[in-house]
Amino acid sequence: MKRLLVRCVFILTALSWNTLLHSEEYIIDTEGMHAAIQFKVKHLGYSWLVGRFNNFDGQFTFDEKRPEKNQVTVNIDVRTLDTNHAERDKHLRDARFLDTAKFPKASFISDGYSVINEGKGILTGTFTLRGVSKKVDIEVIHVGAGKDPWGGYRRGFEGYTTLHLSDYNMAKANTLGPEAEKIEVYLSVEGIRK
Amino acid sequence: MQLRNTSSHYGLVNIVLHWLMAAMIVGLFGLGVYMVDLDYYDRWYNKGPDLHRSLGMIVAVLLVLRLSWRCLNPHPQMTGKAWETYAAHRMAQSLYIVLFAIVISGYLVSTADGRPIVIFNWIEVPAVLSLDLFGDINRLEDKAGLVHKWLSYLLMVLVSGHAMAAVKHQVIDRDNTLGRMLGLKSRR
Repeated sequence: MKRLLVRCVFILTALSWNTLLHSEEYIIDTEGMHAAIQFKVKHLGYSWLVGRFNNFDGQFTFDEKRPEKNQVTVNIDVRTLDTNHAERDKHLRDARFLDTAKFPKASFISDGYSVINEGKGILTGTFTLRGVSKKVDIEVIHVGAGKDPWGGYRRGFEGYTTLHLSDYNMAKANTLGPEAEKIEVYLSVEGIRK
Repeated sequence: MQLRNTSSHYGLVNIVLHWLMAAMIVGLFGLGVYMVDLDYYDRWYNKGPDLHRSLGMIVAVLLVLRLSWRCLNPHPQMTGKAWETYAAHRMAQSLYIVLFAIVISGYLVSTADGRPIVIFNWIEVPAVLSLDLFGDINRLEDKAGLVHKWLSYLLMVLVSGHAMAAVKHQVIDRDNTLGRMLGLKSRR
């Protein structure tokens, strides 16, 4: 009996070590919407136009010991673009710009992570928009992690990157003026551990 | 010329409404096709849609006036063969229905996010299908926009048929169909 107990404890310890060694898997909390994909574009060069994508989902893994293994996948429903102005949104979804009827999805799939310092790193990956895939680097900052009050475990990051309109084959992109060519993207994600 | 219609002639009100609306509708179609392709830095980029929305709302008012007037007035006798008068009736019905659908869908594009339409910086037409009233209809502006665009093309096809039929009656049948909408007396 004692031996059995010891064995049980040993197996349980081994199992928990195993989970510690393996990376943690998280689902981005888009259900409770503790995540956001925002962008800002210079309007005429005089101010910032701010918008966001309302529907997206994704997941990421986190490995404290081997951060280079960290992986993120995000799928965006481009049709849910929202700049708080229906006519402009319609215009941006149109074939001249995002052509969301033909390309309703955008995605980011990371293929590498390099640590800059503790809590900060560069996520590299492929961003696909309008059927065009480009290499994109996202500067990532670890915000925090810990137990939530409802029995789960959460971890959050924010990210910054810059996209270029001219990369994505938009017929009318150049008509928005040179200042609108760069799109600053801000990401905020909170993952719930599986 | 009298204001009201008789059983053989159109009155002044009907004639003015007909040609005013005809000019506005064809003009709105042209403006619509032109404005959607304007570049962002074009002088007309904002002015074009403002004018289009304002004129469109005025067409909506005229449309209601026109139908009311139609109900309150006798309709001049139609000429031509039985199938021709049948087709003319159906055409008139279709024009009214499609026009209403275009006006409503256009209104919905501009008011989808609860913003009002302001007619010539003067009268505000509130958004009735606003977010808080009927709930967020997913991308209403896109759906209404597609309806607006394709029905406008359809309307131009109908208008062409309507106009060609009127010319045919005037020139070939010589029954003054076009002439009486211009207030002209029959030469016969």
